[in-house]
Amino acid sequence: MGGGRRASVARAVGPAVVTAPPAIETRALRKVYKTPSPGMPQRGVSGPVEIIALDGLDLQVGAGEFFGLLGPNGAGKTTTIGILTTRVKATSGTALVAGVDVVTDGVAVKQRIGVVPQRPNPDRSLIVIENLVFHAAYFGMPKAEAIRKAQGLLDMMGIGDRGAAKVDQLSGGQQQRLMIARALIHDPEILFLDEPTVGLDPQARLDLWELLRQMHGEGRTIVMTTHYMEEADRLCERIAIVDRGRLLACDSPRSLKAQAPGGTRIELTLDGDAAAAAEQARGQAGLLRVDVQGAVLSAYAERPGEVLAPLIRTAEAAGRAVRDIHLAPPSLETLFISLTGRKLT
Amino acid sequence: MRPSRPPVPASRVFLALLARDLRVARREIVSFLVRSTLQPLLFVVVFGYLLPKMGFVQRGYGAALLPGILGISLALSSLQSVALPMMADFGWTREIEDRLLAPAPIRLVAAEKVVAGVIQGLVAALFVLPVARLIMGPIDALTLAHVGTLLGITLLGALAFSTLGLWMGTGIPPQQIGLMFSVIVAPMIFFGCAYYPWQGLSAVPVVKYAVLVNPLVYVSEGMRGALTPALPHMPWELVVVALVVMSGVLWTAGIRTFERRAVS
Repeated sequence: MGGGRRASVARAVGPAVVTAPPAIETRALRKVYKTPSPGMPQRGVSGPVEIIALDGLDLQVGAGEFFGLLGPNGAGKTTTIGILTTRVKATSGTALVAGVDVVTDGVAVKQRIGVVPQRPNPDRSLIVIENLVFHAAYFGMPKAEAIRKAQGLLDMMGIGDRGAAKVDQLSGGQQQRLMIARALIHDPEILFLDEPTVGLDPQARLDLWELLRQMHGEGRTIVMTTHYMEEADRLCERIAIVDRGRLLACDSPRSLKAQAPGGTRIELTLDGDAAAAAEQARGQAGLLRVDVQGAVLSAYAERPGEVLAPLIRTAEAAGRAVRDIHLAPPSLETLFISLTGRKLT
Repeated sequence: MRPSRPPVPASRVFLALLARDLRVARREIVSFLVRSTLQPLLFVVVFGYLLPKMGFVQRGYGAALLPGILGISLALSSLQSVALPMMADFGWTREIEDRLLAPAPIRLVAAEKVVAGVIQGLVAALFVLPVARLIMGPIDALTLAHVGTLLGITLLGALAFSTLGLWMGTGIPPQQIGLMFSVIVAPMIFFGCAYYPWQGLSAVPVVKYAVLVNPLVYVSEGMRGALTPALPHMPWELVVVALVVMSGVLWTAGIRTFERRAVS
């Protein structure tokens, strides 16, 4: 898929990027966490338990690109961000940020990046504005400039009047905005955001989207993880779909949606195991594909209106009652489900 | 691609990290002094003032006690100044992450913590010495003629306990820290030759040599050599070598556990 991926980079961000070194590149990135054996030792099971978080991930993000890592919890998104931001050590493979190896020259990498963590982790011993001023100082910024920029960022985030407050006096959303301000104060080339909109109310989420578009418009590379399809679809130029530490697909949202199984997804929730109903439905005319998972039967059809009634009758003929019906047009979500057999959230 | 800022010299990052710790320390100076000096000073009140007044303890005991009290305050303040913040820093939200993301090797973050611990130990010692002397009244053997030695021992002692704090703060699971303080710190204080000179332990040779693993012994004895040189004390060469070696060992152990916590 390498050729196709490169072509889509060019399509998304213009030909200039193809000659520039990629902002981010990972090759066969693998991360295995060793955890102590849980609870009582069992017979035949000894030593630490290994959890494979990343299983040979290859990614390439062009300079100036807005890139999304999409996947359910536990897909390896946070681990990927952790490795790229020098806070997690890969078990094997290579990760380059701005052409620099994160292991051999972590300092040069840290110089170029800003990180918004999944959970706000402000320095609670400092007041709000000091969080920004000291962070800027760590990056060598003179104090007067740091104070000026800090106040400007707080204003931009809508918390300009909270500079003297203790961090704990901020709401969760305000703390998240403080984290974004902190990630921006040293003017990084590459911005990493790990699930930045989790826990934000709808308005705050829209505000953040607007802000991220603005940051991107200024020429920053943005790498964002999310498990919200809509967010990835609306913001990102390219999306990598990851699950269980593997890359399943990587392309522009438009191309990805085109890869989704044809037709609308019809999801029937039955009152019991849907296997028998699915078996019978497979012969039904007008259905492109039928999947089953527990009590949920998923069918794909170009003309959902025509097949819905027969599909319900088929389920009832198999001795099941229909509890819920859900229709989803072709989307990243239907693609994801068809790739993994699982839902995102 | 956006132009990148010029690289920041490590020394500048170090000073910024230190400025942050000193800002926090200045804000918490009262609770810091109470935490690290109240207990030793209460000991001074009882054993250096009340008991001699009652005649239970000889007047001369103050000369043995004062250097030890200084040593305990120094040890507690340096140890806690590093170990306690590490608990929060590596706690649930990993507050330290903004410093780990500073454009410098993460060892520098650990080294800065140790230096901040040394400075706070120095402050605690500077506070305790005059206050303890004031409570005890005049001490015949006490001299301030060896200020250089006193300062040197204070710095080395603070270094040893800051590195111990680094190791304890990052190596011990947070839920066990209370227990570990009781198990490690309490015996360290009581067997640290703070309340009695090391020579006095000749009466119990097993204890005399067993306590040599305790860094507080060297701090207390070094303080005796500097403050009351006329009274029996360990030679300062031994004190210096022991504290340097112990600091080195504890730094090596502490930086390993720090790095393990910092990078998963």
